[in-house]
Amino acid sequence: MNFDKELDARGLNCPLPILRAKKALGEVASGQVLKILSTDPGSVKDFAAFAKQTGNELLSTAEAGGEFTFFMKKK
Amino acid sequence: MDTKKMAIIATKGTLDWAYPPFILASTAAALGYETQIFFTFYGLQLVRKDLSVLKVSPLGNPGMPMKMPFGPKWFKSINWNMPNAIQSLIPGYENVATALMKQTIANNGVATIPDLRELCQEAEVKFIACQMTVELFGFEHSDFIDGLEYGGAATFFEFAGETDICLFI
Repeated sequence: MNFDKELDARGLNCPLPILRAKKALGEVASGQVLKILSTDPGSVKDFAAFAKQTGNELLSTAEAGGEFTFFMKKK
Repeated sequence: MDTKKMAIIATKGTLDWAYPPFILASTAAALGYETQIFFTFYGLQLVRKDLSVLKVSPLGNPGMPMKMPFGPKWFKSINWNMPNAIQSLIPGYENVATALMKQTIANNGVATIPDLRELCQEAEVKFIACQMTVELFGFEHSDFIDGLEYGGAATFFEFAGETDICLFI
């Protein structure tokens, strides 16, 4: 998937992946896509909840070898 | 849509209990909430310039696992809990427990309290210190970080009365 910015939140734990993602979304334009890498298993539900509450769209969630990849489109 | 609001009363002054208010406030701010924390009684320690006053004590805290943050897996999985009466006799026990807790926090990619507090301030979480307890405990305003407001219960209610979420921690 194409993306405009990448955030490496691997090794970070709650609530840092969300806080970093919020900051990174502030640095892209509306409609642009942020790719997020995380190793926090809690981040799967957290990013879904973050998207639902902020109106940013979670395009996809994938897991491979304990690593999670999210694509989020800015509102 | 109106902005959602959250108010927290932070009353605890230990390293472990410093986490809930700062985690929830920073996350709420990231979700778009207007957020305030009212620091009162021992919670005032969380807005001191010097955060080294924050310690964690296994004493009187039977729910706290005492595990080593280093060494092989079998060693790390040992729980070193011992009776309170023995803990209380060992000089420096609290300092050791605090140092081990800080190492565990770092090993797990969990933010430090100074970092989380700064993230809250960057996200414009409003900090209010209880003026009555500042005086009660003999603190000076110069003991606390910049950007604090000082007020009392009525100040808290002015904002808390309009919130969607209000927590006492």
